[in-house]
This record gives sequence, C-alpha cells and structure tokens, in this order.
Amino acid sequence: MIWIAWKMLIGNRAKYLGIVFGVAFAALLIAQQSSIFCGLMALTVSQILDVEGAGIWVMDPKVKYVDDVKPMADTHLYRVRGVPGVDWAVRLYKGIARARLEGGSYEQVILLGLDDATFIGAPLNMIEGSIDDLRAPDAVIMDIVGYRKLWPDEPFKRGRIIEMNDRRAVIVGLAKARKTFQSFPVVYTRYSQAVRFAPPERKVLSFVLAEPAPGVAAAELAGRISGQTGLQALSRDDFLAKTIRYYLLNTGIPINFGITVGLGFLVGTAIAGQTFYLFIVENLRQFGALKAMGTGNGTILLMVLAQALHVGFVGLGVGVGLAALFGWGTRSFSKLSFYMPWQVLVITGVAVFLIVLLASLLSIRRVFIVDPAIVFRG
Amino acid sequence: MPSSALQSPAVQVRGVTRDFGSGDAVARALRGVDLDIPHGELLMLVGPSGCGKTTLVSIIAGTLQPTGGDVQVFGEDLVSMSPAARVRFRRANVGFIFQSFNLLPALTAVENAAVPLIIAGWSRARALPAAAALLDRLGLGSRLTNLPSELSGGQQQRVAIARALVHEPRLLICDEPTSALDAENGRITMELISGLAVRPDRVVIVVTHDQRVYPYADRIATMEDGQIVSIEARRRGEIGAPSHDT
Repeated sequence: MIWIAWKMLIGNRAKYLGIVFGVAFAALLIAQQSSIFCGLMALTVSQILDVEGAGIWVMDPKVKYVDDVKPMADTHLYRVRGVPGVDWAVRLYKGIARARLEGGSYEQVILLGLDDATFIGAPLNMIEGSIDDLRAPDAVIMDIVGYRKLWPDEPFKRGRIIEMNDRRAVIVGLAKARKTFQSFPVVYTRYSQAVRFAPPERKVLSFVLAEPAPGVAAAELAGRISGQTGLQALSRDDFLAKTIRYYLLNTGIPINFGITVGLGFLVGTAIAGQTFYLFIVENLRQFGALKAMGTGNGTILLMVLAQALHVGFVGLGVGVGLAALFGWGTRSFSKLSFYMPWQVLVITGVAVFLIVLLASLLSIRRVFIVDPAIVFRG
Repeated sequence: MPSSALQSPAVQVRGVTRDFGSGDAVARALRGVDLDIPHGELLMLVGPSGCGKTTLVSIIAGTLQPTGGDVQVFGEDLVSMSPAARVRFRRANVGFIFQSFNLLPALTAVENAAVPLIIAGWSRARALPAAAALLDRLGLGSRLTNLPSELSGGQQQRVAIARALVHEPRLLICDEPTSALDAENGRITMELISGLAVRPDRVVIVVTHDQRVYPYADRIATMEDGQIVSIEARRRGEIGAPSHDT
C-alpha cells in the first residue's frame, strides 16, 4: 500500500511540489540560521581554537570567557610550573591595543603576546614570512583578514610600520587566523614586546598555557592546578564550553537566532501543514474508495505517514542542500560566519520530522472519519 | 461452497431503518426495509433520487451501519460485527463499481485494477499480472499502462469492473454503473457485468435509473420513500419498466 500512497502523492505534481517547498523552506531557514549561529559561536572561541598544543588554560578566578581578561602577576607562571603533573607552562598576553596607521588613523587590534622562547600559541599557517621573524626587533605578524581590512586592495608590504602605545611595530609576516568575534585584526608578537605595546599596567599576564605530563589527564591536572594555586584552570574543551555558555546566557544572540529558527519552523509547518491538509482533503474520495474496498484505518495512517515522511526527506534534503550551498557560496565573504556541524543536520532533521508529523496529524483525522460510503455520492 | 448454503438467501435484510441527523432535523432514509436476495441473482434497485437505494446498498456492503434492523450477508451478521471485522468482510467479499469510477488518478489501469489484491496483501509481482489478465479479457490489454485520464469513460468503467472482480468477491455492488456512459458503452458495461460477474455463488446488486439496463436483471426492486414498494421477477432479456406491484 505504501507505493500506492507514494504514487498518489507524486501524482499530484503541484501539490507535491508545494508541500516539498514548504518543508524545504523551513529546513533551509532552520539549517541556515543555525549554521550562522554556530558560526558566530565558533567566532567567540576562535582564539582558543587557534592556540594549538596547550591542553590547559590558567587564568584569574574571575575570568568568565576568553575575552574577559583579568591580568595576573607574572609570578603565577612559576606557581603553575611547580604543580606536579605539569609538563610545561608558558605565558600568553591577550589584550586590545590601539594601532596608529601610516596615515594617522587609529584601529583597534587584538594583541597576542607569545612566549618569547617557544612561541606557543603562534599561528600554524603562515602566508607571508615565518614565525621566526618575530625574533627581530619590534616585529609583529598580522592575520591576513585584518591586513586586508586595514589596507584593502594593497599587496603585502614587508616592513610596514604601525604604532602601538607610541612604539613602532614592524609587520614582518601574514598569518591565517580564525575570524574573531570582534572582527579586529589580530597582531602576534613576542610576550616581552606585547607588554610594551600594551598600555602600562602593574599586572600584565593574561593566561598561562600549560600541558599535562604524559599520562596525566587535562581535567585532572586542571583541578590540581586550581587547588594548589587558587587560579582558575580549565582544560581547553572546558574553556571553550565556558566561553560559549557565557555568550549564550549573556547576549541576545541565541534569542535572536532562536526567533528566526522558530519562525522558520512555524512558517514551514503552516505551509507544509496547509498544503498537505489540502492534498488530503482533495484525496478524501480516493481514501474513501480504499476504505470501502477494505483498507483499515491503520493502513491509511501508514499511508499518510509514508507520504509525510517522503516529503519530509525530500524537503530536508533540498533545504539543507540549499543552506550548504549558501554557506559554500559565501565562504569567501569574510563578514559572514557559517559553520554547519553535524548537530545542525540533526536539529534540522528533528524539526522537519516534527513539521511533517504535525502536518499529517492535522490531516489524518479527516481521513479517519471519512465515511467509506462517500464513494456512492456521485 | 456447499449446495445447502446456496439454498439460503445470500443477503437477508430485515426491518432495516436508517436515520440521518438528530432531534427535529432527523431524516429517515430507510423505513423498515425487508429484502432477500438468493445466490446467483442480479438484482436491480430502482426508484427516484433520494428514495434510499444508495443507503440500502451501503448497508448491505458494510460501509454504513443501519439505525435499526438486521442485515445478514453470506450468513454473517453485519450489524453486530465490529468495525474492523466489517473492513475485513468488505476486503474479502465485496466488489464495487461506482458511478464516477473512483479510479486512483495517479495509478495506471493495471495498477488500479490490482488495488483490491494489494489491499488483500498480495505482492505487486503477483497482483499486477492477475489484474493484467483480467483487463485483457475486458479488452484493455493494450491500455494497461495508461492513466485513467488517458482512457475514455467506457474504458475507465471497464477498469473499474476489473478492479471490482479481480479478487473474486461474492457480492458485487454497482452504483449507477452506466449513468456516466453513452448507450453503447452502457450496454457493453452491462454485458460484461452480467457475463463475468453473475455466478451461482455470487450476488450482484445494481443501483440504477437507466431503464436500458433493466433487461439484464433477474429481479427489479423498486424503492420509494425509504421502502421497497415492489419486487418484480424477470427473465433476463425481458424489456420494459417494472410494474409497481408488491
């Protein structure tokens, strides 16, 4: 009977496409908006993700997220190094600096000061120059998106000068870095250099990056560091989660995107539900004929559910495909964040399943109560 | 079927009433109908519109419950039967031919004809050849894969006849089978029904307004105002409208 249901469904081409459009529209909205939301959330943690190699981040106990920097005394580095199980620990400066460009204009930049000896946290993907170029006096490396923002349509010019805190900084390389939430250019330099570029403060250490010794779990060592130093030590994954949770709970981002996703769900349900309902009503006579010939309500229910699931799967495929196409088409557009993890597909799939379930529930009652004697009415 | 079973009426209707609506707005469609139909008979139900013909065949077919009275079809009490049992009864025992054909427009001729077999649980691989063989006997062997919209009215009605007979039902209900057809196609349709459907173990009930098909009847029951007012026995081929003697 399922193939009869399928043929009934696709036999009415206009209605079929209408229902698929409704579901696909909802899937597109939900998948696209969820992916942009995920993209934005990924931006908030991009600087944690960019720091490869360190399993543990140590910071002031009051820090709420990665951009909420509360400077610590440099001596905390040695306290962390003294905790059993720590393989190594290095400093990381992170702050916002004001850069003066050649023309006299000012731009805010994210300033990252890397450990002078190891360059832990340095960008892995250099486009121009080498990370070792940071050893030169006043040397900085800028992320390519930031460079293009400051000097659009200009090729990279090694040795270009900017000023921070009245000190000259020489751009010696370009790196690829993840986009940041603030969309400021990212400037990498040595820790000792960074503290000179930053406004003078009594304490300047932003984070201590640490790595557990072989065989020591990051979460276990983080707990030990917190216990012994009184600092907040988090595994990389926990710091990612804490940062994302902060943005979820303290900004309007999830509400705004939630409203759009919710509207997509409602509009999709309305379009798909109404069209599916009309499709069922138009086919009541056919269902009546099937019932007269001995088709039970259970089989009718299966037929309607099969029809609903069919349009659900096709609509989901079309909608998610269009959303992915959107993400692919805008991948070079640096201002837009688009990240479609598998969870987005699952969420969209569940939403589409609910949409087609609601649409079929609206309709199924009409089929159940249809009198098989309807077929005798001319 | 044992011959003793063929002696008793295939269809027994006793004091059947059917009301529609409730309270002051109640409309009585059937007012105590009694009717026996023996095996092997082609009975025609005739009468003016609204006299209760369709209501009566709906009840005999098990698609409508009476308000009162008893209905026995092939020894089974349709009134006390559960809804699920009535569905099973229809699936196994009843074939329908409708005035407006009621073919599924998205299915081809052979798929439409195979629907009762599919409902009965046959696989498509078994059902389609069986339906195709019957359509071939009905002269539609070359139109198996045509959609209903690609067939003439007469051809559609032949597909409907195939659909009604493909699962070998014992009760065939025909509701105005010729009213949407021209005279020639109406004649062909009745030839096919009387030729293929009428058998000793089967009952055929034809609801009709079309006097041209009366010669195919074994008996003609005339209804008026929810009651059977006359039943006239005929010899097949006899021409003329039924008299109104009870």
